Formats: sequence, structure tokens, C-alpha cells
Amino acid sequence: MTATTTAPRTPAAPSTAAPLRPARRGSLGGGLLTTLTWILALGFFFPVAWMAMTAFKQENQASSNPPTWFFTPTLDQFRAVVGESGSYVANSAIATGVSTVLVLLLGIPAAYALSIRPVEKVSDVLFFFISTKMLPVVAVIVPIYVIAGQLKVLDNVWTLVVLYTAMNLPIAVWMMRSFFQEIPAEVLEAAAVDGAGLMKTLRSVLIPMVAPGIAATALICVIFAWNEFFFALNLTASRAATVPIFIVSTMTSEGLFLARLCAAALLASLPVILAGWIAQKQLVRGLSMGAIK
Amino acid sequence: MTAVTTQAGNLRRAQAQRAARADKHQFSRAERWRRRGPLLPALIFTIVVTQIPFLVTIWYSLHSRNLLRPDSDLFVGLANYGDIARDSVFRQTALNSVIITLGCVLVAMVLGIVLAILLDRPFRGRGVARTLLITPFLIMPVASSVLWSMAMLNPTYGLFNWTLGLVGIDPVDWTSTYPIVAILMALVWQWTPFMMLLVLAGLQAQPKDVLEAAAMDGAGWWRTFASITLPQLRRYIELGVLLGIIYVVNTFDQIYLMTAGGPGTASANLPFYIYQRAFLGFDVGQAAAMGVVVVIATIIVASAALRLIFRSFDVKE
Repeated sequence: MTATTTAPRTPAAPSTAAPLRPARRGSLGGGLLTTLTWILALGFFFPVAWMAMTAFKQENQASSNPPTWFFTPTLDQFRAVVGESGSYVANSAIATGVSTVLVLLLGIPAAYALSIRPVEKVSDVLFFFISTKMLPVVAVIVPIYVIAGQLKVLDNVWTLVVLYTAMNLPIAVWMMRSFFQEIPAEVLEAAAVDGAGLMKTLRSVLIPMVAPGIAATALICVIFAWNEFFFALNLTASRAATVPIFIVSTMTSEGLFLARLCAAALLASLPVILAGWIAQKQLVRGLSMGAIK
Repeated sequence: MTAVTTQAGNLRRAQAQRAARADKHQFSRAERWRRRGPLLPALIFTIVVTQIPFLVTIWYSLHSRNLLRPDSDLFVGLANYGDIARDSVFRQTALNSVIITLGCVLVAMVLGIVLAILLDRPFRGRGVARTLLITPFLIMPVASSVLWSMAMLNPTYGLFNWTLGLVGIDPVDWTSTYPIVAILMALVWQWTPFMMLLVLAGLQAQPKDVLEAAAMDGAGWWRTFASITLPQLRRYIELGVLLGIIYVVNTFDQIYLMTAGGPGTASANLPFYIYQRAFLGFDVGQAAAMGVVVVIATIIVASAALRLIFRSFDVKE
């Protein structure tokens, strides 16, 4: 039955672009595969849709058994969440925004020194950067906590800025290096012949050419910093707490909270969801640290 | 005129290449530092922020120290390490780390390959289907943890048990009866899109002419897949597994929020256990020693993995 209804779709698809599908496989098989794809896609997306739906419910509808499928949507939860989360959003914006800018300011020159006018032992330096990503954060959290306590910077958003910069810098160096390596040698020679110095070459020649790469790098840094929870949990209390901490704080031991929790979770995820949807191609390159073009 | 310029350009380029090859081993001192200049801020920053705390961790691991009594610092040599060797919870949480990491990465990779193959076919609305499929990866991990533990797996109002009830299965309290399974559900859901994206990139990077030639020679789908696609995908699959392990082994959010490592320590992994010892047990020495052990284990695994990464990334001097 399903096959019959979806089968007419397949002939509409351009047949030349299907190198993997042999011609002898009929449109019935193609229709079945398409149906399967949609079932899986909707299945994977369903929890997100359910979260979004729950955010528009009243609390008693959100935690009912059997679940409530039809209801009059309300904005009550969103209003409450927006009203309470101001300082958390501000902290997250500072920690994410400033750390991303710092990562680019430190990472772009470093990537330049590892690709265009390379230092000696490039692979050792790259190895060092990536190895810091493998260092479990939990192995350094205690000293960081103690040192931050002695420097009186616990519960301070600038502590998060420094840590998020260190967390994302290795990824940015690797990514930016992969973008720099795509610049044709002629362009660099022309700049060198003109006698342009480092800052001038970077500013007027290289940066405009790798602008899409910088955007992709910034996207990845923003995602990781915005979502970060472990440092925020251990190093902040009331003043510097970020959005993930706000989500956790909406879970109370008394009363129902699921609808409000879903509204907070949805709003908190929305910036990254939208950015990721728009920049799907850059996402792949960023997640593979530049390895996949 | 043009010809002359090009010739001059070629000459200059050849000279530059020769010069580059020559200086490779004999940069002047000044030139070496000019080249290092742009690298140093990032390098020094990374060393200060990541290596100094680690040295302090090693120092702490040789001391008996309590967060609540900072003055009670006592040198104990390797005693903390001896305690770890006898700590059965440490061994259990280490095993949990392996189970959670490998379980998540392998299941997510298999699902990711299946989804990538399905998405590599042309059909109407393919972009929409791909967008839907990558969304779980874009949800804030804290948000997806509470989404799974509350909305999906809650024993009284969770959607999962309600669905099972439709086919006559009794409700299960997932996060306390099968805590690792519950954590794996949330993790696999989050990481499958990541694997799918990497494998899809691999599928789309296949040389089209080879595939066309195979089709012309009458090679079937399976034949083409096994002898052309799979070898091509290998590099992407290795990369996905490797990056997956690096990210997933440090999982903390899901465990903290879904099961709090419980019941008891049944679903704690090493990051969560070390966190517990340090911030709930205040035992800095023990926690630091565990951190050092984890780093040593990581270095052993990672140095094998890094050789692979370098090959995949095609790093050249």
C-alpha cells in the first residue's frame, strides 16, 4: 500500500544523477527506499518536534499519561523563560562571542605560520594542538578551580572566556590551516613581490580569500562555546551562570516543570539549530577539523 | 610583453621554490623568529592554559589534599595511585567509559552509514530530509539530555513507555533499570547525524566517471558498493570513528543529567567519577591521580589514533 502511494514520486526524480542505482531496479524499490528514508528522517526529528510541541502546552498537559496530542497552544512558558533568563543569556553571549573573536585573533596568525610561511616542525606543532583536545577536561578541572579561586575569578564570565578560547583554539588552527593551504601559490608570490608585510598580506590578500573559512571556523567555535556545560557548572554560581545552567535550574523538585523546561531547551538550542541548518556544508568541514572539504 | 612578464614570473617562481627548498634547513636566525612570530601567541596561550593546570594535577596527585581544608596538604608519594589500583569503582567506571564510548560510536556509525546511503539517492525533498536528520546533533547536549530523561524516558509520562504500551509492553523505568542503555539512546541519537554527514561527504566525493564505468560494465549495486564505494569510504569511516571517540569519551552532560551516574555508580564513566570525587567528595589528591591515569591511557590510545589522523588529514611538512 505504502509502496503504491509513493512509487509515482520516483520517476519525477532526475535519473541521470543516480549513479549508484542500477537501471534494472524498478521504481517500486526506489519508492520503498524513499519511504524508508522519510520514516527514519521523521523518526530522528520526532523528539525535537515533541520538545517544541511540549513547550506550547500547559504544565498538566505536558506531563499527562496518555500524552496530550491536541491542545490550545499557549505562550505562557516562553514568557516565563524569557523573563527569567536575561542574565544567563547575556553571560552566554559574552562567553561565546568574545571567546570566538579571541580564537580567530590567535588562530589565524598561527595557522598562517603553519601553512603559508611555515615554521620548522609544523607537524609537531599540529600534533601538540590536537593532543590538547584529547586531554580529558576532567583531568585539569581541579587545578583550574583552585587557581581560579586563588585569583578570585570564580563565578566570573571572563574565566569562561579564557577557557573557551583554549578549548576551541586547536580546532580553529587546524581548520584555518586547511583553508590557507587551498590558496594558490601565485597569489602569495604576488604579495611577497610587492613587499607586503605580514599584517598587510593577511589583511588585504589572505583574509578576504579565506572569509568563508573564517565563517565556518567561527560557526564551530560558537556551537561548542554556546553548548558548553562542564566548566560553567563547576566554575560559576549565580553571577556568571550561562544558558545551559539556566536549563538545569528550571528543573525543580516541586511541581511540574516539563513544559517550561522544553521552552527553555528549545530557545537555548534555536540559535545553533538555525546556524547549522543554514551552514550545513561548513558544518561538515568544521566538525572534521578541515579534513573533509 | 605578456610573454616576457610570464617568463620573468616563472623564473621568479622557480627561484622562490629553490630558495624555499634551500632554507628549509638553514633559515637565518632572524628569519626563523619572523616565521615563529605569528604562531607564538596561540602556542603560548595554549601551553599556559592547558599544560600548567596539568602539571598542577600531577603535583596534586602526589599529595593528600582536601578541597574543604586547603591547609591539610601532605606529601604522600604514590599512595593515591595505589588506592586507584585497589579501587573497584574506578575499574567499573573505566569499563563503563569503554562501553559507552564504543557502543555509541559503533551504533552511530552503522546507522550513519545506512542513512548516508539512503540520502545519497536522488528523491524529492532530499534537502529537507537531510536537514531533519542533522537536527539532533544541533540540539544543546544539556537540552537533549533532559529531553530524553524527561519527555522520552520518564517512567510515568514518558513517550517511549507510552509507545511500548501500545504494543502491550509494560512500562520500564529506563534511567534506573537500564541506565547505560538510556544514556546510549541519547548519545546515539545525538551522534548519528555526525557520522552520517561524514559518510555522506565520502559518498559524494566518489569519482563519478568510475561509477559510470562500473554501471556500463553492468556491475550491480552490491558489487559497485563493495569494490568501489567501501574502499573509498574507509578513510571517512576511520575519521568518523576517531573523532567520535575523542568527543564521546569525555561525555559528561548526559550522565550528569540523566542518571547522575546511578543507580550507585552503575552508569558513571571516568569523567563523571572523577568529578564526583573532586567536587562532591572533595578528595583532590585521588581525583588528580585518576586524572593522570586517564591522561596516560589517553596518550597511549591517542598516539595510535593520531598516526591515523595524520594520514587522513594528509599533513605534510
